[in-house]
Formats: sequence, structure tokens, C-alpha cells
Amino acid sequence: MNELPQQLVNGLLLGSMYGLVAIGYTMVYGIVQLINFAHGEIFMTGGFGALTVWLILPGGTTMWLALPLMIIGAVIVAVTIAVGTERFAYRPLRGGPRLAPLITAIGISLALQQAVWAWYPGATSSLTFPEIPGGPFHLGSITIQTGDVFLLTAAPISMAVLGYFVMKTRTGRGMQATAQDPDTAKLMGINTDRIIVVAFALGAAFAAIGAVAYGLKYGEVNFRMGFILGLKAFTAAVLGGIGNIYGAMIGGLALGLAETLATAFIADIPGMQQLGGQSWADVWAFVLLILVLLFRPQGLLGERVADRA
Amino acid sequence: MTALLEVEDLRVAYGKIEAVKGISFTVDAGEVVTLIGTNGAGKTTTLRTLSGLLKPVGGQVKFDGKPLRKYPAHKIVSFGLAHSPEGRHIFPRMTIEDNLRLGAFLRSDRTGIEKDIQRAYDLFPILGERRKQAAGTLSGGEQQMLAMGRALMSQPKLLMLDEPSMGLSPIMMQKIMATIAELKAQGTTILLVEQNAQAALSLADQAHVMEIGKIVLSGSGRDLLHDESVRKAYLGED
Repeated sequence: MNELPQQLVNGLLLGSMYGLVAIGYTMVYGIVQLINFAHGEIFMTGGFGALTVWLILPGGTTMWLALPLMIIGAVIVAVTIAVGTERFAYRPLRGGPRLAPLITAIGISLALQQAVWAWYPGATSSLTFPEIPGGPFHLGSITIQTGDVFLLTAAPISMAVLGYFVMKTRTGRGMQATAQDPDTAKLMGINTDRIIVVAFALGAAFAAIGAVAYGLKYGEVNFRMGFILGLKAFTAAVLGGIGNIYGAMIGGLALGLAETLATAFIADIPGMQQLGGQSWADVWAFVLLILVLLFRPQGLLGERVADRA
Repeated sequence: MTALLEVEDLRVAYGKIEAVKGISFTVDAGEVVTLIGTNGAGKTTTLRTLSGLLKPVGGQVKFDGKPLRKYPAHKIVSFGLAHSPEGRHIFPRMTIEDNLRLGAFLRSDRTGIEKDIQRAYDLFPILGERRKQAAGTLSGGEQQMLAMGRALMSQPKLLMLDEPSMGLSPIMMQKIMATIAELKAQGTTILLVEQNAQAALSLADQAHVMEIGKIVLSGSGRDLLHDESVRKAYLGED
């Protein structure tokens, strides 16, 4: 058990990446009650946006200069695609049956994967993502990989910025109002169409930051990286209570911890030896989801909302 | 003097079913106008159309000289038309004060907003006592006060109140009606939809009776209060 502190840190790091992506699911759901299944692919395009910036930059550019530009590139690509899908795919379906945008989301998800696969040079296989030189860092018995330092910084800052935005700014309050009662929000003078665009854009921006973190953590990006990660982030959003932005982060951390700790330690339990190892990680993540859905369907921070009459 | 609100041959439909079948009326500045009638007469539909939540299929609405049909709901508020909706629809997970602030969403005069929040607390002291409480924890009557206070926060030229006394205890109903009388005395222009016809007619300068999508009778509040058919149909007298 002396590797416990290390595994806790690993779990929290993985979890904060899930959390960054989960914010997009939860914000969009909170405002338009749509599970945006294309969000995982928005995340993926962010990764490719960052990589593109790196490839355009002259060789030998230091990471300290490149990284901020890569983040900007990732955010621009992801936000553009997210806002575009909202405008041209989801908005025309608003007011229609709930199933229509959901199926559209799945379609967009596949289309984005295939578009990157077909048109991004070399994307038929994984592409190498640049590394931050130096490190790894040691804190007592804990090792932190250099790539994870980005996550360690970006996740808390992102969360603080988001919290400030939603609670303190005018648009943020308009967002809360729209989530609680869209028609009445309009009566207050809130342009709810604009609020919906902001929700998609913000979610995409955080997913893009998550994608840069993914690239730095695993050293590669690929056109399918949004699939499992998107599912995990969606799980995190449900776990935390979908619609609740703090829930998304808490759910992400809980999921990352559960997955990491289960993977590391479950094989130590007598009789469970064959369940150890990385190949079981996804199983533990989704087992946790099933347990939460069984015993606390509203999620960790969600409130049980009665259907309005 | 031209009317503040002019409604002409307004028609609203839900799919193929016409809920408002061509109604016309006006509201002058400083007046209280009431629409009364049974459930399903089209009163709420009329208000929701005026504030832009529903789109009419025909007719014209002019407010303060502007043709409202061209504008979305969030724009119409900025012209000075505030709507306190049926069923109150306060924002339950926000505090009372934040609800009031949302009523002033389009304003940027900070000191004016603070002053008007104070004014709402003067009008409804209970709201001031509970300003930091989530609005969802208020009683029905208190929520109604909040909905009215919130609508006033936009400094409207015309305040539309939809069923402000619905579901309230008799005492609370009296209190709400007294407040509307107070607002009227301060010169607020009000378009009031009410099921409590007695109270609404006593307050109103002009009144219209709606039946299945049409205005069937119009007159001053006092005239309709003494009209025999109105007394029979809406005031529960034989």
C-alpha cells in the first residue's frame, strides 16, 4: 500500500481531465436538456487544433512559447466547431422531439471522427504530440510527469474562472436563469439563443484545454480519442449530478480516483487477482456509474427534481 | 392621445386550434385594464403573445408606437413591457435578491437598480427580510410578491399581471390586490388578467370579458361590475 499516495495523485490528475471535458456535457444539458454526444469529438478536434499550431510553428520553438499558442489554437478550433454544430444542426431542431437532436449528436460525432480520419494528414494512425521538456518531478515518494504539470495548473484555474463567470457575471446569471426557466428568462430580457451559444462555446473551450492536457499526458492524439474519453466525461457529469458545473468536476475527480485505485489495488484482494491491470480500468469506471445510477440517480451534487406539472 | 398599447384583430393559434380569435383593445398610459373570463378563454395566451413568448398568426400589436410582432421576447422587455407570468415562475434556486436583479437584467444604472430593489422591499417587506433566501422556499403569496417586484425592476411602461391571486389564501389575495391598487395610485399602467372578477373589476378603468377566444363584452370596470350578465357568469350570483 505504499504506492497509495502516488495512485491518489494519478487518480486526481486523470479525474481533473475528465472534469474539464465533463463541464461541456453538464452545461449544455443544464440549458437545453441535450446530451451532446458529439462533445467527445469536439474535445478530439481541440487536440488536433493544438497539434496543427505546433506543426505550423518553426522547428525548435520552445514549449514555453508554443504551449500558449497551442491552447489558443485548440480553443479556436473546438469552439468554432461546437458553435457551428449548435447553429446549423441543433438550433433548427429546437422545439422538435427530444430524440431528433440526440440522434443528430451521434451523427455529428461520427462525421467529425471520419472527417479528421480522412482529411487530416496522417491521422489514420496516432500522431505524436509534442512534450514539455524537463522533469519528471519528485515530491517525496510521489512522481509527477512533466506533461501532468499542465493539468495540475490548468484544471484548478479553469474551474475558478468558470465559477466566477457563472456566479458573478451578467451573462453567467443569465445562464443560471435560462437553465432554471427559459421562457421566464426571456421575459427578463435575456437572449436565450445567445446564452445557448455561450454554453456550447464555454464547454468546448474547457474540452480543448482538456485535449491539450490529454496530448501532453499520453504524447499523442488520434481521431478516436474522444470516444472513450467522452463517455468517461459524460459518466463524470452524471456522477456529479448532470446540470451542476461543480458536480462535473467532483464527478470527474471521483471517477478518476475510483478507476485508478481500483486498477491499482483490486488485484491485491484475495480471489480477485485476475481483475487487476489497466485493461480493467474502463470496467471499474462504468461499474461506478451503474452503482451511482442505482443508489443515487440524481448524482453526487444533483438535486432530485420533480417533473413540473 | 394615442394609446400605449393597441391590440388589433389579434389571432393566436396552437397548431390548428385558434385560442385567440381576433381581439382588439387598447391600454392608455396610467390606466388599469383587465381581461376577465373563464379558464380557456384565451387571456393567458393573449399576454404571452404580447410579451413575445408566442407568435400570433394574425393581427397587429403596437406598443409605444412599435409593432411588436417583429421582435423577439427578450427585445420586447426593453421597450418597457413587463410580464409577470401565470404561476409566478420565480427562479427557485436563486436568492430573492438575485431574482430581483434579474428583473433589471437590461439595466446598467447600478444606483438606480439598488434604489428599485429597496423600493421592492418597501412594497413587500417580507422580501427584504428574506433577501438571501432561495426563492423556491417562499410561500405562494410571497412568490407572487417576488414575481411582481421582479417585473417592476425593469421600470416598465406597462406591467402585465397574469392571475396574481391564483391559488392564494383569501388574506394573501387581499394583500396582493391592495398592492395592485397601490401601484395604480402611483400611476403604474397595468394590464391585469384575473379570475377574481370582483376584485379586478373594482380596480379597473377598462374591462373586457373574454369567452373562447373572443371579447364578448367591454366597458368600464364599474359598469361591468354592475352588469347583470357579468354578475351571473363571473361573480357567482343568481
